[in-house]
Amino acid sequence: MWRKIGYVLSLIVAAVVPVIVLVLLPAWGILAAVALLIAWLALTRTGRQAWSATALAITTIPQRIGSSCVVVIGIAGVVGVLVALLAMAEGFRATLQQTGSDDTAIALRAGSQTEINSVLDHGSVVVLSQEPQVKRDAQNRPIASPEIVVAAAIPKKASGITANVEIRGVGEQAWELYPRLRIIAGRRFRPGLRELIVGKGAAREFAHTGIGSSLDLNGQPWTVVGEFDSGDSHNSELWADTAAVATTYQRGNSVSSVTVRLESARSFDAFKATIASDPRLKVEVQTTRKYFNAQSEGLAKIIRVLGTAVAVIMGIGALFGALNTMYAAVATRAREIATLRAIGFRGAPVVVSVLIETLLLAVGGGVIGAAIAWLLFDNYTASTLGANFSQVVFEFRVTPALLATGLKWALAIGFLGGLFPAVRAARMPVTEGLREL
Amino acid sequence: MSPLVEIRNLSKIYTRGRQKIEVLHHVDLDIPQGDFLALMGPSGSGKTTLLNLIGGLDSPTEGTLAVAGKRIDRLGQSELARWRASNVGFVFQFYNLLPMLSAARNVELPLLLTKLAAARRRSHAAVALELVGLPDRAAHKPGELSGGQQQRVAIARAIVSDPTLLVCDEPTGDLDRQSAVEVLTLLQRLNREHGKTIVMVTHDPKAAEYATHTLHLDKGTLVEAAAMTEAAAS
Amino acid sequence: MKYLHLVWSALFRRKTRTVFTLLSVMAAFLLFGLLNSVRAAFANAGQSVAGASRLITISKVSFMVSLPKSLEMRIQALPGVAAVSYANWFGGIYQDPKNFFANEAVAPNFFDVYSELKLSAAELRAFAATRTGAVVGASLAQKFHWKIGDQIPLQATIFPQKGGGNTWTFNLVGIYHVANPSEKGRENAMFFHWKYFDEATQFGGGNVGWYIEKIAQPKAADRIAQAIDAISANSDHETKTQSEDAFQASFVSQFADIGLIVGSIMGAVFFTLVLLTGNTMAQAVRERIPELAILKTIGFSNRSVLALVLAESALLLVLGGAAGLGLAELAVSVIRARLGAIPMLPVGLGSWLQGLALMVLIGLLVGALPARRGMTLRIVDALAGR
Repeated sequence: MWRKIGYVLSLIVAAVVPVIVLVLLPAWGILAAVALLIAWLALTRTGRQAWSATALAITTIPQRIGSSCVVVIGIAGVVGVLVALLAMAEGFRATLQQTGSDDTAIALRAGSQTEINSVLDHGSVVVLSQEPQVKRDAQNRPIASPEIVVAAAIPKKASGITANVEIRGVGEQAWELYPRLRIIAGRRFRPGLRELIVGKGAAREFAHTGIGSSLDLNGQPWTVVGEFDSGDSHNSELWADTAAVATTYQRGNSVSSVTVRLESARSFDAFKATIASDPRLKVEVQTTRKYFNAQSEGLAKIIRVLGTAVAVIMGIGALFGALNTMYAAVATRAREIATLRAIGFRGAPVVVSVLIETLLLAVGGGVIGAAIAWLLFDNYTASTLGANFSQVVFEFRVTPALLATGLKWALAIGFLGGLFPAVRAARMPVTEGLREL
Repeated sequence: MSPLVEIRNLSKIYTRGRQKIEVLHHVDLDIPQGDFLALMGPSGSGKTTLLNLIGGLDSPTEGTLAVAGKRIDRLGQSELARWRASNVGFVFQFYNLLPMLSAARNVELPLLLTKLAAARRRSHAAVALELVGLPDRAAHKPGELSGGQQQRVAIARAIVSDPTLLVCDEPTGDLDRQSAVEVLTLLQRLNREHGKTIVMVTHDPKAAEYATHTLHLDKGTLVEAAAMTEAAAS
Repeated sequence: MKYLHLVWSALFRRKTRTVFTLLSVMAAFLLFGLLNSVRAAFANAGQSVAGASRLITISKVSFMVSLPKSLEMRIQALPGVAAVSYANWFGGIYQDPKNFFANEAVAPNFFDVYSELKLSAAELRAFAATRTGAVVGASLAQKFHWKIGDQIPLQATIFPQKGGGNTWTFNLVGIYHVANPSEKGRENAMFFHWKYFDEATQFGGGNVGWYIEKIAQPKAADRIAQAIDAISANSDHETKTQSEDAFQASFVSQFADIGLIVGSIMGAVFFTLVLLTGNTMAQAVRERIPELAILKTIGFSNRSVLALVLAESALLLVLGGAAGLGLAELAVSVIRARLGAIPMLPVGLGSWLQGLALMVLIGLLVGALPARRGMTLRIVDALAGR
């Protein structure tokens, strides 16, 4: 009785501990473990026994090709879905995270979470731009851009359904403020005119955004004159001159926000302190990195949690599939395993050989799943509703770290799916196994 | 009265790859109603093939085969299945019970193909189990029964639908002496008291002694026409 | 039916294998239930019965742009319009931005138009009589442990008060309920008087966010919508009027193509499932060949053997699938009770029917090959162990 409980408990520990270690282990740790395993297989007596048992098992896989495929494909499915969903979260996060920097700051009206909710009057704009921490250009003008953010409803190319696109009016200094932004087609808009340049992502998602086409904004005709690539979430926006946008949307001389370039990243604290102590200003400033980071947090987290939940459930399904396959494999190989035991192989090599076989199948599945996710979804473009009630276009990112995560999952499922059948194989009485047909 | 089984010029040729093997060679045989016939012969002599043909499990290559006046040699698969269901009971060397079903459920199996209601099926099965002397084993699974008991359950299954013909392939081949005697006595009783016509393949002369006739097959032909057993002579 | 025990016993011939397979099937249909509930929530957004008789009018530019209050009388005058109500998004935050819930400034007749939000007569009177009064949904009240008489402070994100104050304090005078359990998510909102909002806000001036029109004849919806938009045609505040359903559908569709994502995951899940159970069935039939041969010997026709195997694999799928969907139903109700405002509908009859159809379909699909094998086996060969 106690022996049985002890056996079950030790089996559970043997199952759970390696999985936890696996999850915590960094990639190099896994490589080291693999190297260690190979060394053990090659150098020790038990290891060599294990290796010959494994080699024997592998040569019989073609006879069990159907059920072996179940392990491979089951795990490929889990890893594929997991990697694809995590790549979506990663892509969204990366797009918004790249948007900000530490040496630019954005000022919003106190209490506003997003630019579209924020209003700053002309006075505040002037005061903010003149603060000593704001960097100046060669002509000694402060590098600051008073910006207006509004949402316009434009039909999407794919569905024809209207969705909101973000229109951002920017000041004359915007080109200095956003050095990464390049015009990839057409030209810049001219100040004071109703001209738009369209971000690369927005151009892909929305209709009527080709160069030369005309867009109706608040009842007034605007012309698209160029396309830009900023490499970040501004790619989902349409840019124009702040003054022209203010006129169309009847904003007078108020704006949504001001973005300034600081002397350096270190001057942010001083900048913030100066503003906080100025009674004329009711604004909040934060670095643009922090501002855009905060916008990605919620959604990226939701996708990650959902993706993991989906993968866990699928993983459970695949685990039972693997268990079935490996129990069947052990059963069909019962005679062979019993023969090995009869001629003097000990328990451990048998356990290890079944485990290695399962892990190899699992890694095969993991690689296939990750490869499919990578082929189908790396750089796959999607869009969602961002913080300013407008579409944010982003690309899925299948990063090496995500691929490693996928492989870890494959290994964990393979390990659990192989361990129990392996132990059964090792504990099978030799005589019974030999009688098995 | 015409015989129950009437076999004329029966041949069976199997094709294995390019090779053609003639297992039965122009066999003629009459089995009268109420007979208990033992078929003997070395392995490969074609006795199981002949039995399978009589039981309607297989179709001959040539010749005619009639059971109770019905020609079965040219029937299609589904017609044969229907014919077997109501005319033949089978007993095999390895019992061939379904391991997941209780003895009673195993016996009831052929009745599923009839229109009998569930209660009637169960009572028929119970009668059959009683006839083979196992009424107290109805709820046991085959794994919980001895070989002899399993074979008696198989016999109960073979007779439950009251077939014209009982076909037995080495029914004692896997049994110890004691159980074999029990099974053979049971078959003999079914033949004598219940008038069942039985065809039994065996290579055990002691088993053949329980039959009323014994025929020998060698290389696909009957070598002895009708050897009288003691029982018939007396 | 008389073959049921035969099918059942065949299924549990190898208990471990069948249980493992059942668990796999269960996992797949658990996922199906959960994802379908999310998909349905997005697809059915706002498809309440009353929705057909309500129109929403927003600014043609964007729903963030407000409309003049003066439109109310002109819309009211149109034939076919039974009642006009209006609302304004407030976007206030309670304590922490993570505590997001909808809060809107609404017209006095808002709860007449949204009659599915149930308030007692006393609560309605109290709301009408209290200038700073607010009404919240039961789920929301439960989440923050609010009770009638509480003062609820909201931090404005869009609308500071005159004088620059950012904190708006409301008196809770009513808690509304939604009868339909599948619309409990709508209990996560707060409403207060537009009049108070308009007087106290810094940038007020008689604008509303959107209009809601209750119409007498849902059939006339298109004609009325055109008439409403015609009022402001060629003005500087052109409008766009659509049914409540269409409005909400276009809103949620902006989040993501949920259908595509859910569809892809389902595809991967069921592809894997088919292979997995297909393998189980193939194994099960392979080792049962002698038993199937016996059934045929006894007189079971080819077709019955085919049907037995197909029934077995369908039963496997239906057992596991029903357990999975049941679990999904349980999980969804727990999640909804815990989290309230979440885009998940209860696993309804539709999901069950869809699920059952899938189970039977997959069951037949994975059973087909093994069943054919069972059907075509030659008795003589099978009995001889060939």
